Amino acid sequence: MQAVQEIRRATPAVVDAMQIPDARPVIELEHIHKTYTMGDVQVHALRGVSLTIREGEFVAIMGASGSGKSTTMNILGCLDRPTKGSYILDGQDVSEMSKDERADIRSRKIGFVFQGFNLLSRTSALENVELPMLYAGVSSAERHARAMESLSAVGLAGREQSHPNQLSGGQQQRVAVARALVNNPALILADEPTGNLDSRTSVEVMEIFQRLNRERGITLILVTHEADIAQYAQRIVVFKDGKIRKDYQVEHQRNAAEELRSLPPIEEDEDEEEE
Amino acid sequence: MNRWINEPIFMDFLNIIRVAFRALQRNKMRAALTMLGIIIGVSAVVAMVSIGQGAQAAVQAQIDSIGTNLLFVSAGAQNVGGVRSGTGDSGTNTLTVEDLDAIKREVPSVAMVTPSVTTRGQLVAGNANWNTQIQGVSEQFPDIRKWVVGSGEFFSDSDVRTAARVLVIGQTIADNLFAGGDPVGQEIRVQNLPFRVVGVMARKGQDQQGRDQDDIAFTPYSTVQNKITGSQRVQVAFVSAVSSDATYTAQDQITELLRQRHKLGTNEPNDFTVRNMSDIAEAANETNSTMTLLLACIAGVSLLVGGIGIMNIMLVSVTERTREIGIRMAIGARSSAVRSQFLIESVVLSLMGGVIGILLGVAVSLAIPKMLGWPTLISTMAIIGSAVFSAMVGIFFGYYPARKAAALDPIEALRYE
Repeated sequence: MQAVQEIRRATPAVVDAMQIPDARPVIELEHIHKTYTMGDVQVHALRGVSLTIREGEFVAIMGASGSGKSTTMNILGCLDRPTKGSYILDGQDVSEMSKDERADIRSRKIGFVFQGFNLLSRTSALENVELPMLYAGVSSAERHARAMESLSAVGLAGREQSHPNQLSGGQQQRVAVARALVNNPALILADEPTGNLDSRTSVEVMEIFQRLNRERGITLILVTHEADIAQYAQRIVVFKDGKIRKDYQVEHQRNAAEELRSLPPIEEDEDEEEE
Repeated sequence: MNRWINEPIFMDFLNIIRVAFRALQRNKMRAALTMLGIIIGVSAVVAMVSIGQGAQAAVQAQIDSIGTNLLFVSAGAQNVGGVRSGTGDSGTNTLTVEDLDAIKREVPSVAMVTPSVTTRGQLVAGNANWNTQIQGVSEQFPDIRKWVVGSGEFFSDSDVRTAARVLVIGQTIADNLFAGGDPVGQEIRVQNLPFRVVGVMARKGQDQQGRDQDDIAFTPYSTVQNKITGSQRVQVAFVSAVSSDATYTAQDQITELLRQRHKLGTNEPNDFTVRNMSDIAEAANETNSTMTLLLACIAGVSLLVGGIGIMNIMLVSVTERTREIGIRMAIGARSSAVRSQFLIESVVLSLMGGVIGILLGVAVSLAIPKMLGWPTLISTMAIIGSAVFSAMVGIFFGYYPARKAAALDPIEALRYE
C-alpha cells in the first residue's frame, strides 16, 4: 500500500490514468501463503503475498511458470483456498469459505476468461453466456435478455445461435468474455486470454477489455507472460518465486482501439469462413 | 443467506431436464443402447405380469362359471400312509351311491348331489364311430355344473332309477357321429348295446389346459355301473351347497357324515376327500402367482443389468466431460448442481427407457392373445411399479457417477485434456 501511494505521488501521469484514485478495494490479499503437499515434499507456491486491487483497476499479473502467478490466480478466483493469510473480496472474507460458498462467490462476483476459451461445445453462444446465470438462479426471460445484451457488448450480435465450432478463436474468446461479464461481477479474471490467439485478434480482445474497463469501470485482472500484452493494463504486478517482485503503474499504457484503427483492414475471411 | 439461490431445485427445473436431454442427444446411439437394457427389462416385467395375471383371471373366470358353491367328494384320501396320494384312484372303493344318497338326505346345507363314474368307450352310430369319455351322472348334473342342454333334454330321475340306455352327447360327438344331422332320437351303440340319444349339450369349448370339453357323453351313473363297467365304484361326486356361503359348512357336515358312515375312529384319517372350488381356485392362483413372480424376477434381473449399463455409461460420460464439469464449477455451479445434473441425466435415461419399455410391454401383452392365444391382463400395478423402479434404477446407479462428478476439483478439471 505504502509503495503504491509513493508511486502515485512520484508520477503524476499515473494518477491521471486512474479514473478513481481512492476507489474502494475489490481485492485485499494479506500475507497469503499456499503450500502444496506432493507426496512427502512440501511445495511453497506462495510465500507471503500481499496485494490490494481497487475498483476499476486493470492489473496485469506477470511471471514465469512456477512463479506463483497461477496459484494466485486460483486463489483470486476462489477456485482454491490459501493455506495461510486473508483474502477479502469485495468486502467479504473468502479465505475460510467452504467449497459451496466459494461456488456462490464465483457465481456472483467473478467472471472467468481462460486461455482455452472453455466454452461448452455443441452449445450455442447464447446458451454458453446464459450458463452462469443458470447457477445464479436468474429467471429464464432475464437470462435471455442479459445474455443478448452481453453478446452485443462484445460485438457478437447476430451470432447468438452459433456453436463454438462455428466461431473463430477470437469470436470464441469474445463469447467467453460475454459469459464472464453477464453476472455483473466485481472482477473479471482473464488467464492468458490471448495465449491461443494471433496478434490482431489479441488486440481485438484487449480492445474489448479496455473498453469494458473504461466504460463500465469493471475491475480486470489479466494473467499473462507476454510483456507486450501486459502493457495494455494500467498496472503490472510481477511474481517470482512465490512472492511479488515488482508492482508498478504502466507509464505508457497501450491503447488497443487506436492500434486497431492503424492496423490494415483484414480480408473479410475470419468471421465469415464457415458461411 | 444466498445459499438457497444456488440450490438446484430453485434453478429452472425444466432447464435442467433440457440440459440433460441435450447431453443425451450428443450421443444418441449410446443413449439408445444404454436404454435398451432398461427397455427390455421393463417390457419383460410388464409382459410377464400381464401373462400371469391373464392366466389367473382366466382360471378365476372358469371357476366362477363352474360355481363357487360346488364341492368335490372323491374316494380315497391324499397322503394316506403316504401311498395313495390321488383321489378316486382305482382300487379305492370307499365312496358308494348310498353315501351320496345319505349326503343328499341328511346334510341340510347340500342342495344337489351327483356321482360321477367315468369310463372310456367306443360310440358307434351307423358306420361312424368315435372313442370318447362316458360319464355316468345323475339327472341333477346340468344344474350342479351349470351346463345347459343345447337340444333335446337331459335324462330324468326315472332313467337313473331304471338304468336306462340313454345318452346325452357333447357337441364334438354330435359333429363326428352325425355330421350336421340332428342326433336327438338317433341310436348309438356302446359295447354293442343300443343307446338312444335324448339330448345334446350346449357347446362349452376348450378349458384352461386346452382340452375339448365337448368331447364327452353323459348317461345315468346306474347305467355305467350296471350295463357298461359292472363296477359299483363311485370315483367322484359333485355336490352343490345351497349357497356359496354354505360351502364350508357343507364341507364340514359331509366330512362328519362320511366319517360316521365309514365308522372311522377319531385317530383314523379320512378315506375320502372333500374339496371346494375356493380351495381349488386358491391352489390354481397360487401356482399362477408363483409363476408370475418367477417370471417377473427373471425380468427384474435384466432391469438390474440395464441399471449397471447406465452406471457404466454415466461413468464414461463423467470422465469424458471432466472439462465441462470444471467450466461449470468455475462459473459458479455448486457440487450439488453438478451432482443433480448427472443424476437427472441418468434418471432421464432410465425413465425414458422405462416409458418405452412400458409401451413395448403393453404392445406385447396386447399381441400375445392374438398370436399365441394366451389370455393377458395388463396390470396397472406392474406399469406403475416398473416406472417407479426404473426411476429408482436411474437414481441408484446414477448416484455414484454423479457423486464422482461433484467431487471433482475445478482447477484439476479445467486442466483435464
